[in-house]
Amino acid sequence: MAEVRLENITVSYDGKNNVLEGLNLKVNEGELLALLGPSGCGKTTTLRVIAGFIDPKDGHMYCDDRDFTRIPVHKRNFGLVFQSYALFPHLNVYENVAFGLKLRKMDKVTIEKKVTEILKVCDLTEFKDRLPKNLSGGQRQRVALARALVIEPELLLLDEPLSNLDAKLRLNMRVEIKRIQKKLGITTVFVTHDQEECFSISDKVAVMNGGVIEQFGTPEEIYTRPKTEFVARFIGFENFIKLHKVDGVLECADGTKISVDDSGDKDECLLTIRPDDIKIVADDYKGENVLCGEVVVRTYLGKSYQYETMTPFGKVVVNDASGTLYNTGDKIRMVLDKAKIVLV
Amino acid sequence: MKKGGFITIVAVLVFVFLMFPLVIIACTAFNTAPTISFPIQGFTLDWFKNVFATESFIDGFKLSFTLAIVATLLALLVGVPAAYALSRFSIKGKKFLKNYFLSPTIIPGIVLGYALYQFIVLTLKMGVIEGLLIGHFMVVLPYIIRVVGSSLEQFDFSIEEMAWTLGCPKIKAFFKVVLPNISSGIVASFMLAFINSFNNIPISMFLSGPGVRTLPTALMNYIEYFYDPTVSAISVLLMIGTILIMVLVEKTLGIGALTK
Repeated sequence: MAEVRLENITVSYDGKNNVLEGLNLKVNEGELLALLGPSGCGKTTTLRVIAGFIDPKDGHMYCDDRDFTRIPVHKRNFGLVFQSYALFPHLNVYENVAFGLKLRKMDKVTIEKKVTEILKVCDLTEFKDRLPKNLSGGQRQRVALARALVIEPELLLLDEPLSNLDAKLRLNMRVEIKRIQKKLGITTVFVTHDQEECFSISDKVAVMNGGVIEQFGTPEEIYTRPKTEFVARFIGFENFIKLHKVDGVLECADGTKISVDDSGDKDECLLTIRPDDIKIVADDYKGENVLCGEVVVRTYLGKSYQYETMTPFGKVVVNDASGTLYNTGDKIRMVLDKAKIVLV
Repeated sequence: MKKGGFITIVAVLVFVFLMFPLVIIACTAFNTAPTISFPIQGFTLDWFKNVFATESFIDGFKLSFTLAIVATLLALLVGVPAAYALSRFSIKGKKFLKNYFLSPTIIPGIVLGYALYQFIVLTLKMGVIEGLLIGHFMVVLPYIIRVVGSSLEQFDFSIEEMAWTLGCPKIKAFFKVVLPNISSGIVASFMLAFINSFNNIPISMFLSGPGVRTLPTALMNYIEYFYDPTVSAISVLLMIGTILIMVLVEKTLGIGALTK
């Protein structure tokens, strides 16, 4: 079990453009850190630097205060699970899992004991003689996980391990990974582009964009208090309204006053709020933070309806579960939940 | 049903067209007449005896066989790492290198043969065997690089990376994880290379020396003087050999390995 630190890591594939730019990151012992971001943001590159596949142009990587930057992959003792699982196609499940142990020159009896044990934990005992091509997606995933865990790695690295599974299985495996990770107390770095997956599984989240970390914090902090427009957009804040300060009070472009707990010190800022945190109210509603808009599109979401409305200062999206139906062209009044407004 | 019937007829016709000359040759091998002719007049195995009695054929076969094996093995030693490097790393001028390695299959054999003759025999004054070996090596190398390369294209290199993370040093990982998964490509490339070397005429013509002939050149030479069914008999023997190899490949890898 280990603590991992990246200091000032810079990576460039072509020598000109940096894929990672002076990246700093710390994962505490036993913690599960999720690297979240769109494709091309550098999250997989970060994981590959930690795994040792990429030599950073600059910076250092430490594992328990030991400099790991120049240590080759095969000497790091990190367990890895790829999106494609990368099982050895010519070896059966047992041999796949035993691969790492055999390289550690263990005797046969110990290997058999350890492999049998981990196969049991991962619910794979009955498949031990099968080749990977004869396994289902979920079983392959578990083999990949078993193979990474059996070597008792210092660090577990997961590169979008769930994205090839169907929705239901993904949910189960998510819980399973979390359970095993907590049970073994193994420090884990998890790469994903799926925000729901990321928030449900991780202790800490690093949202990445363009090779830098935009925000680092607990899932709750990031979910409720995104610090930048990018983070807000990425985690589902769909409404963005430009505000400016008039006599210390924030106003929309048409003069609608917006009251927030902390109006910040900038003269201009961007208000953002989730569609779920806006309520449609009756015409005679008296209170703060009311916007008027005209319904443009109505979408059925199952538990609620989503209305896309046009206001004098742009598009506002609201989710309404009240059951009252509004049609295209209807004028509606919406109130923004003061506590849920985020200024970026 | 009707459509299927039409396709069957076409397939049978094509098959007959392809097989017909081979069947005729095979028949003439047993003919008692002293020239290659059809229909046959009587049945004899004398021509087969003649094959084994003709020293140039026996020597030619031994040379062709050894040459094909050694040239192909050498080409594997060079070609497999080359194919690996070409598909694994982003090398500058990768496309050019790929085409360059394939060029001997595109350039007419006679041109390559002449060029090698000019260089190996006239300029470097190398021995006949060495010259033949270099020539055949050059002819078969592209087949190795191409076939092994295409099976490496199918190979997921994250599997190799996975082996590293499990504690396998890079060279060992190549042998333990990469090689077993491209073995069908290697066997297929070996067969193709072997057959191409064994059949090669233009290179061997230019590079053969006095008393040193490969089987195809010995055959050509023989036909110039004797137009008797011994040649047919050899053809039959070679066909049997090829069929045996194919059966072996089918049994071990599946014939699809050769066309992948």
